[in-house]
Amino acid sequence: MHELGVVFQIKKNLEEVAADNNLKAIDKVTISLGEVSTVIPEYLTDCWKWARKKSEILVNTELVIERIPAITHCDDCGENYETVKYAKICPHCGSEHTWLIQGNEFLIKEIEVPEQDETMVG
Amino acid sequence: MRVIELNKTVTESNDRDADALRDRLKEQGTLLFNLMSSPGSGKTTLLSRVITDMKDRFKIGVMEADIASDVDALRIESLGARAIQAHTDGMCHMDAGMTERALKAMNEASAGAGVAEEAASADLDLVFLENVGNLICPAEFDTGAGKNIMILSIPEGDDKPLKYPLMFRKSDVLIITKMDTLEFFDFDLEVCKERVLRLNPDIKIFPVSAKTGEGMEAFENWISESLADWKA
Repeated sequence: MHELGVVFQIKKNLEEVAADNNLKAIDKVTISLGEVSTVIPEYLTDCWKWARKKSEILVNTELVIERIPAITHCDDCGENYETVKYAKICPHCGSEHTWLIQGNEFLIKEIEVPEQDETMVG
Repeated sequence: MRVIELNKTVTESNDRDADALRDRLKEQGTLLFNLMSSPGSGKTTLLSRVITDMKDRFKIGVMEADIASDVDALRIESLGARAIQAHTDGMCHMDAGMTERALKAMNEASAGAGVAEEAASADLDLVFLENVGNLICPAEFDTGAGKNIMILSIPEGDDKPLKYPLMFRKSDVLIITKMDTLEFFDFDLEVCKERVLRLNPDIKIFPVSAKTGEGMEAFENWISESLADWKA
């Protein structure tokens, strides 16, 4: 299952960030997820709830997902349109010469950490 | 509460592991091919042919990433290549860490057969990783391979590039297999090529039949040339 594999990648990334910044805990992680990335948000959240228990630093980390809408650009008429609604064919001119501008993202955008860690680091 | 901005791609740590593995394999002079396709596209039959044709010139290893069974590994071993069944533990793709562990397992198995462990993968020229049969997830995880090969069989249809564009964009080579069945299916080879090249103008396309041998020489020549470049 795809979400399980990517959850382990998120876990590994955050553990590295925690080690680099001397963090004892992370309260929240925000994921930017494109509308046509291959990840299903509900599955990702469910897998996260299971995987976070395996890490002391992440055991209470809430995973929040920010969706990024998918937009496709048409090279022939220069217009942009909604990818999910019209797919590969431009609704303005019928061209197939189109490409995805955004919507395939899968990023760890930011984390929120408790203040006490800051005093500890500083 | 304070916020730390990261904006890292989720696959960043895998990408790092993959680059490290690729560098190490390049130092050893071992070229790893990542074979991706749908289930039933004829990967094992294609590989069997390649091994039979090339095993006298090169030392070949195969890693089978099936979720269950060792049928394919046994078939490959009987042809004279080293083979290992890689375990994905139910996962839909191989990542760099899993590939590294599979390579190590292949070394250990070879060590058992009397080859020194540290020398085992170092003496291989070509290693083929048969990724999990799936056109979506394997495209997103770098395995550390030197070349990515996608296999599309004639019965699957010429519209596959429209349905799974990422896989076609990520591959260096497309092998169109089961060419001997072309007359029985509604598959337009030229239309298919055009759709693929629109997604990836640099991709090399080899139409082959592992059964009749059609097109195999061109593909095998590409393998030899790629290895020579890799070792250069």
